[in-house]
Amino acid sequence: MRPGDILPRLGVQALDLLRGLGHATFFVIDLLRNSVSAITRPFLTIAQIHAIGNRSLVIIMASGLAVGFVLALQGYYTLSRYGATASLGLVVALSLVRELGPVVTALLFAGRAGTSLTAEIGLMKAGEQLAAMEMMAVDPKARVLAPRLLAGLIAMPLLAALFSAIGILGGYVVGVLMIGIDSGAFWSQMQNGVDAIDDVGNGMVKSFVFGIACTVTALYQGFEATPTPEGVSEATTRTVVISSLLVLGLDFVLTALMFTAPS
Amino acid sequence: MGRRGVETLVGLFVLLGILAILFLALRAANLGNFVIGETYLITARFDNIGGLKVRSPVKSAGVTVGRIKAIALDTNTYQGRVTMELEQGMLFPSDTSAKILTSGLLGDQFIGLVPGGSDKNLEEGAEIKLTQSAVLLENLIGQFLYNKAADPPDAAPAPAK
Repeated sequence: MRPGDILPRLGVQALDLLRGLGHATFFVIDLLRNSVSAITRPFLTIAQIHAIGNRSLVIIMASGLAVGFVLALQGYYTLSRYGATASLGLVVALSLVRELGPVVTALLFAGRAGTSLTAEIGLMKAGEQLAAMEMMAVDPKARVLAPRLLAGLIAMPLLAALFSAIGILGGYVVGVLMIGIDSGAFWSQMQNGVDAIDDVGNGMVKSFVFGIACTVTALYQGFEATPTPEGVSEATTRTVVISSLLVLGLDFVLTALMFTAPS
Repeated sequence: MGRRGVETLVGLFVLLGILAILFLALRAANLGNFVIGETYLITARFDNIGGLKVRSPVKSAGVTVGRIKAIALDTNTYQGRVTMELEQGMLFPSDTSAKILTSGLLGDQFIGLVPGGSDKNLEEGAEIKLTQSAVLLENLIGQFLYNKAADPPDAAPAPAK
């Protein structure tokens, strides 16, 4: 490659990036338009909630429990230096509800459900099932993609809430049952410090946004995958990478928007 | 697995999720502790409200009896006017006094009500006349330094030679 080629190449890449962004935007608009028709056939969505939500339950609950355990142990270590171990419940609950619940659930969701969505749709495309649907005048966006989007939107906040709830119970097990913090202080400090709307509600909004981001990314990557085995495998990898980065980036923006320091 | 089986499992999943949200809202957060039911409003004016916030608790003898509904500046007197809602059953004499207190050394501020001895009770929209402002650390330090400076010079350590 001659040095003179670098600038034109950069320009081509930048233009490609812009075009990809525009393409993805049109895809999302198309998908939203088709979601309306998906509502009229609820069983398609319910079957997808089963595939996306129910099948993710075990990993989400196990991770939530583990994160709760570790948070309680680590929080106890830090708090005991200041003689503030009674606040352990508050620390565990706030970290889970505001941050770890939505984010870790979204990352697991991208790995567990996003990849399977991409692979499924990519293989449908490779096997020309999507083309066959179009031949039968069935819009694959309405029949295949929209129910999956709706299912992702519904499943993600529920999974995040479960993650946080189980994490808090895990913190209770380690903090109160194992370490021996007073159970009353654990819960009452938590209830005094956690706000139903500012903390729990905003956490739910976060997980809803992450649900949209992860599901749309997975569907887009599957739908636009090169219809070859390598193409599907690349698309699946991209799903995980892009979803994770999107979640982390969006998390920063949302946290900055929602949670100001207690004034 | 048939359609009914899938629907049952999804129902179970949604139920679990809703239970988790309820758990977070009621057990982990303070939704259950809100003042529920009928309330009545009373106001009080303070020279300085310190760090008081909307929804801070109003307590009497340490028991929460209501919450602060609104805080505004009264441009006639240039005092902070605090509107609080008290639970309907909690009646206070009309000469009750209000203080801005702090829970613990670094805790949040709240309003403490000290009941007086009057026969009549505060009614909807009444104003508490006797108020005590928040204690500002800056003013305390200022007073302390001022007192120190006013001490006789021989109390000060001898200058180094």
